Amino acid sequence: MKWFDYQAPRNIGEAVEAMTLHPTARPLAGGTDLLVQMRAGRRTPDLIVDIKKIPELNQLHFEPGLGLTLGAAVPCYRIYNDSAVSRAYPSLAEVANIIGGTQIQGRASIGGNLCNAAPSADSIPLLIALGATARITGPSGERTIDVAAFCTAPGVNVLQPGEILVSIQIPPTAGGARYLRFIPRNEMDIAVAGAGVSVTLSNGNIQSAKIALASVAPTPITVDASSLSGAPVNDDTLKKAGELAAAAAKPITDMRGTADYRRHLCAVLTRRALASAIAAAKESK
Amino acid sequence: MSTQYNVIGTRPIRHDGADKVTGRALYGADIQLNGLLHGAILRSPHAHARIKRIDTSKAEALPGVKAVATAADFPAAGDKIVDLGEGATPLSYIRGNVLAQGKVLYRGHAIAGVAATSAHIAEEAASLIEVEYEVLPCTLTAPDAMKDGAPILHEDLHMQEFGKKTDKVNNVADHFRFSIGDAEKGFEEADLIIEREFHTSTVHQGYIEPHNATVLWNNDGRVQVWTSTQGSFVVRDTTACILDLPVAQVKVTPMEIGGGFGGKIPVYLEPVAAVLSKKSGRPVKIVMTRKDVFEASGPTPGSYIRAKIGAKRDGTFTAAQAYLAYEAGAYPGAMVGPGAMCIFAAYDIKNVTVDGYDVVVNKPSTAAYRAPGATNAAFAAESVVDEIAEKLGIDPVDIRLKNAAKEGTQRVDGPKYRRVGCVEVLQAIKASEHYNAPLGGPNRGRGIGIGFWFNVGLPSSCTISVNADGSVNLVEGSTDIGGTRTSIAMQAAEVLGIPAEQVHPSVVDTDSIGFTAVTGGSRTTFATGWAAIEAARDIVRQMKERAAKLWETEPAEVNFENGVFSKNGKSMPFAELASKIGETGGPIVGRGAVNPRGVGGSFAGAIADVEVDPETGKTQVVRFTSIQDVGKAIHPAYVEGQMQGGSVQGIGWGLNEEYYMDTTGTMRNSSLLDYRMPTALDLPMIETIIVEVPNPGHPFGVRGVGEANIVPPPAALANAIHQAAGVRLRTLPMKPSTIMEAVWAK
Ligand SMILES: Cc1cc2nc3c(=O)[nH]c(=O)nc-3n(C[C@H](O)[C@H](O)[C@H](O)COP(=O)(O)OP(=O)(O)OC[C@H]3O[C@@H](n4cnc5c(N)ncnc54)[C@H](O)[C@@H]3O)c2cc1C
Repeated sequence: MKWFDYQAPRNIGEAVEAMTLHPTARPLAGGTDLLVQMRAGRRTPDLIVDIKKIPELNQLHFEPGLGLTLGAAVPCYRIYNDSAVSRAYPSLAEVANIIGGTQIQGRASIGGNLCNAAPSADSIPLLIALGATARITGPSGERTIDVAAFCTAPGVNVLQPGEILVSIQIPPTAGGARYLRFIPRNEMDIAVAGAGVSVTLSNGNIQSAKIALASVAPTPITVDASSLSGAPVNDDTLKKAGELAAAAAKPITDMRGTADYRRHLCAVLTRRALASAIAAAKESK
Repeated sequence: MSTQYNVIGTRPIRHDGADKVTGRALYGADIQLNGLLHGAILRSPHAHARIKRIDTSKAEALPGVKAVATAADFPAAGDKIVDLGEGATPLSYIRGNVLAQGKVLYRGHAIAGVAATSAHIAEEAASLIEVEYEVLPCTLTAPDAMKDGAPILHEDLHMQEFGKKTDKVNNVADHFRFSIGDAEKGFEEADLIIEREFHTSTVHQGYIEPHNATVLWNNDGRVQVWTSTQGSFVVRDTTACILDLPVAQVKVTPMEIGGGFGGKIPVYLEPVAAVLSKKSGRPVKIVMTRKDVFEASGPTPGSYIRAKIGAKRDGTFTAAQAYLAYEAGAYPGAMVGPGAMCIFAAYDIKNVTVDGYDVVVNKPSTAAYRAPGATNAAFAAESVVDEIAEKLGIDPVDIRLKNAAKEGTQRVDGPKYRRVGCVEVLQAIKASEHYNAPLGGPNRGRGIGIGFWFNVGLPSSCTISVNADGSVNLVEGSTDIGGTRTSIAMQAAEVLGIPAEQVHPSVVDTDSIGFTAVTGGSRTTFATGWAAIEAARDIVRQMKERAAKLWETEPAEVNFENGVFSKNGKSMPFAELASKIGETGGPIVGRGAVNPRGVGGSFAGAIADVEVDPETGKTQVVRFTSIQDVGKAIHPAYVEGQMQGGSVQGIGWGLNEEYYMDTTGTMRNSSLLDYRMPTALDLPMIETIIVEVPNPGHPFGVRGVGEANIVPPPAALANAIHQAAGVRLRTLPMKPSTIMEAVWAK
């Protein structure tokens, strides 16, 4: 590892300034990706900008009509320990609880998970399914984009030089959602495949469904699930959802699994996640 | 028949417990010395290449760099053959693995070392060393390496066949055959013959603590080494050999060791740190990263095995045959010999032939791993046995009992067993609550397997001195990986009739104790324990002399029982007599130096319950029991710990662990995240059943418990998965995708 400088700005302006002055600077949230990558020599920033001391990035605020504001640096443990958030978004609390183990969750943030832009990131498919947006600030002001459009390649996102992610906005939900991943171990493992699903029901039929997948393409991907709208809640529909996911997946063969196996897992996980989301939607009624 | 013991069989707190649980224990990397430099190693990015040129000038010019070393700094190895306790080996191989000369043979192969004032400077300097390679095609598995036209690792390695050198150069270091009876005739007598092929992956021991070495080449020419190792004398002798020094010019101080399992016997860093220290005049510390540990230490061989067993309709095995090709890695020595001896070792079969091939491939040079070679072999044999039982409709325990090895059974490599506990282990399985419990759910299966490990003897030394307060100090040379300070101290305490807590054991450096072989082969409690027994008996003899002096009689007239010396109504406990040693003649020091025969082999069994997700192929181990004949459990809690540890490693080997290599010979999963050893969340509590069939060859019946327990788990899991998912897996690991692919192929 090479030497580097460290700064801990107290407000967004200072952070953006530091990021703008140092083209190789990296923001540091929990550091559970960044520090590992630096030690392995995969990233060599000359400045680390610790964003944990900026108030906006530590917000965790739920308002029934408006949804959730999740500051980019909020560590996972705060999400699942917050009873209002856990009640409104049980699927999000569950995802915060499967990233790494207890120690990792004490630091790791959903913002970091998103910005790290790993194809296997566990929170991103769920954020996409929940219709989340990303609030970004940079030298030329603020902008908001869909999380679905945030990642552009493995480890690469839409952020421009000097820009940081401030928060993730999740709209209020009327239905149910679930993220399921497949890992050979029971914890501390990288998803071989993952499926995030949200669903709303109307008169016992599916009103709308959203599906996104992890680990089966260079970025987390969104599956076009519009054909499920209006479909009855039954095994055929579940199976069809799985087939849509398998068809959308573009997996590769690597140490985590073969392409065929991963495509198969997409179908299984999507079917199971949708069934579980439907059950949650019924319960929340 | 059970002997009454006072200390043996109890569970005292371990002597090193306080240091370990408070974090005060000093492990290899904890050593700090004045003027310490930090070392880094440049490693090959290629699996197979010729080194055309090495230019270290840029590294040497970097501020903070104090020394650079390459193989050119070692004395020439010539064609010297050395024996460092694991058989005769050309010195050029041992040396060549420490720093490559001429060729690199695997990715991660060390090429040069750098010492600098900080680890970061050393790392940067290593990256500044320029190496010009001629990249060569690589070969990664035994079957591929044996093919005509495969890339040749060592142009001068001629295959030895049946003990004779041939002129063949084919990556096979050795082809040997063991044979008893007439296998061909035996198969003719069989009603059912099953022959199957098996593949197992390279796996790593996965010890927590990475390899490390700190060396000071002192001004007086003595080389001082601090390291965590399974054998301080092996480190001493290997380092001296590579540096061409008399052995005792090297002094090795063993630090606490964070696991080894066989992997911390070879030497990797010490000779490099020594050369760097000599050049810089300062002590040098080198610590491997986890990636280095995976890529450049000694995992255990991957293998290709064909196993064939013939049986009569009633289940009697009439013949067996096997072909084992093990991957040695870059240098010969794949532990295929033990694999061949063990593959049918649990059975009394009259007609057996086993062929073994020791094959070099472009992967790290392999090392021992708990019962080295036996786990691969048992996976094959026990899968075939299970299939025979199924086809003949015989209970898997009953078919094994019918054929079980016992006293007098001849193993394929010749020896006949003395009293062994194979039958008792099988009976314990059959009688266990676990084996008779319902499976408790769908998609579940239960499998069993058994396995054997020889255990070894080898030399050990021990001295004990008596303190005036009635306690004793015990000094020994076996580095303590699994609680052996305590299991050795307990044997001395038993002889001396004092509590285990009254023995203060120390593991000392190579200047301070007689030669002691490695902590390996499950030998330490057996052999160093025996040395402690001898030393304690020596103390008793001398104490009797003192008592005789006090009581004005002959030493032979003095009785000693349960820690009390007595004669004609007069008696004195050990502690009281100890308080009088000053006035009766001065210090008392006992010594024990042994090279024991009487080694007792150990049989182990496993019962595994699994649940396989029919849609994902993921296997959950629902329940697992390890059963082992340990001879005598000196400290039952540590015995259980060994059985649980071996089982867990066997489960990892069976289900998920593997060196995932790409076609260029790069391991793609060289981190603990991706290597996927089981964590606590992946395992049930491992239940244990200790079987005690005393080893007639040891004073307390000890057999050694560290290894046989890893042998059966992969086979037991394969047999359980067969019942749960309806597919027989013959490739390790039995990871979810492999299981699904087998289900799809059905
Ligand atoms: C042992 C272990 C287990 C893990 N298990 C999982 C798992 O199960 N699932 C999973 O998905 N991940 C896992 N991870 C990866 C990691 O923990 C997660 O991705 C985590 O959410 C990252 O959050 P962080 O706050 O630590 O990010 P950091 O490491 O601080 O940052 C990650 C990246 O995002 C950038 N960044 C951070 N915040 C911002 C911001 N506000 N604006 C712009 N850029 C920013 C950083 O510069 C860096 O490049 C694991 C990691 C470890 C070490």
